Amino acid sequence: MSDLGLLASQVTSTNRTFWRNPASAFFTFVFPLLFLVIFTTLLGNEEVDTGTAVIKTSTYYVAAQGAFGLISACFTNVALQIVFARDGGVLKRIRGTPLPPWVFLSARVIHATLIGLILVAITVAFGAVFYDASVPTGLALGQFVATLLVGAACFSALGLAVSGMIPNADAGPPIVNAIILPLLFLSGVFIPFGKDTPRWVVLVGDIFPVRHLVDAMRESYLGLTESFAWSDLGVMAIWAVVGVAVASRTFRWEPSR
Amino acid sequence: MAERVIEIVGLRKSYDDVEAVRGIDLHVERGEVFALLGPNGAGKTTTTEILEGYRPRDGGEVTVLGHDPARRERKLKRRIGIVLQSTGVDPFLTVRETIDQYGAYYPHPRPTEEIIEVVGLREKRDTRVNKLSGGQQRRLDVAIALAGDPELLFLDEPTTGFDPSARRNAWQLVRNLTSLGKTVWLTTHFMDEAQFLAQRVAVINRGEIVAVGPPDSLGGRAAMKTRIRFRLPAGVSAPPGLGETSLPDGSFELSADDATRATHELTGWALERGLSFETFEVTRPSLEDVYLELTGGEEGVE
Repeated sequence: MSDLGLLASQVTSTNRTFWRNPASAFFTFVFPLLFLVIFTTLLGNEEVDTGTAVIKTSTYYVAAQGAFGLISACFTNVALQIVFARDGGVLKRIRGTPLPPWVFLSARVIHATLIGLILVAITVAFGAVFYDASVPTGLALGQFVATLLVGAACFSALGLAVSGMIPNADAGPPIVNAIILPLLFLSGVFIPFGKDTPRWVVLVGDIFPVRHLVDAMRESYLGLTESFAWSDLGVMAIWAVVGVAVASRTFRWEPSR
Repeated sequence: MAERVIEIVGLRKSYDDVEAVRGIDLHVERGEVFALLGPNGAGKTTTTEILEGYRPRDGGEVTVLGHDPARRERKLKRRIGIVLQSTGVDPFLTVRETIDQYGAYYPHPRPTEEIIEVVGLREKRDTRVNKLSGGQQRRLDVAIALAGDPELLFLDEPTTGFDPSARRNAWQLVRNLTSLGKTVWLTTHFMDEAQFLAQRVAVINRGEIVAVGPPDSLGGRAAMKTRIRFRLPAGVSAPPGLGETSLPDGSFELSADDATRATHELTGWALERGLSFETFEVTRPSLEDVYLELTGGEEGVE
């Protein structure tokens, strides 16, 4: 089998494994929708001034929870799956076979990206049906898809990078949550920024990739092609490169003893 | 001279300040089962993992099928199969799917159904891996290692944790492999396993090889004295002049250089007096005796 054929079969078997763990698959899909419903129920009838437009909060949350779904699928799931596979000895076994490491890791990333895209599609469809939020078209759709792909690459790379810093499977969830949860809050995923947002919060959002994903997804989703900032994608691309560089140094195939 | 599948010269490896392997020389010929026998912590797994390419070495030369394993070449990995001491597989795939998946990594995989047959998992072929018993999972480990139809198979303590009948089955499996012309590198701390399976055994202790040879003559076993143990009927005293010692349970034991002569003398002595022994046992030194002598009985054998 060619390496590309191997990649395809590896993605298929990763996918098969994913769906055969229904508890894990169910919550991966339900979480963002759950947050979408909770936040729009609590705050849905208000309006948010994003700086470029004044929109209904429910519309705001469709884009924000879509971003959350993509981050969960790519960053959180990739990091935790790798750590669990490493602790269980799966990675060590793979390392002893002729399967090229890049094929194994790329298959994980491609699968995570596919799951992330499905999550975003579900969130958008859910928003269209229940919150009357429109689906982007034309240039805005192109920007939206580009944002999703660059975002998936960025957060998958960071997931791989973080997996090397997690000592064992038990430490996985707390470490991953400690990294991502504060960033989600400081990037407007759960609570929209008002005018009085402290400067340091804005600065944190400028530096890390989460708010850039949220901003780019929201602007393209709302069809605001003028205010869509390609620089948001640039920042995520830089983080993708950083993630790959760190992962290539810290990635481990064997559990620590 | 037969082809050398594995060649090790002066191999050294340390972890921090501990010398795990202290300059060992070994070779394995094509088609043989070679057992590396030793107590825990003797350096078995370190040596094996260097051969498998998992660990770099600190010194010496190592060749596996003509390759340096430290370079982790795909060409080499395509020709070997590895059963590690502890590894996992995806819990949600079935036995058949798992073997199929691993087979796909190799240029000439062995048909999955054939492998399932060889390792005796036919009834479990469509069972998910997380529903297998410990022994069945271990057989799946072997099945995965066979998926690519390797020339050389590494088995690191393949039967640890098995019950006696599972061990017998595993041994039969290894014998089947050699009849297919495979070369097997086996590590174990079970003497009977080495005795049953291996053409040659090396005993490793504290990172050094203390003996190499066929199990029957290992460590001068052929030259060691035979033990004769016997019990006499009540009230009969032992024959004089044979140098026997009496044991706490009332029987007698002697070590004989010439077992044939000593046996003849003893039974002759009894027949002359119209006696018969209550028990009469002649034992050659077991591989275990040799092993304990060679390793100084350290750390205990698990």
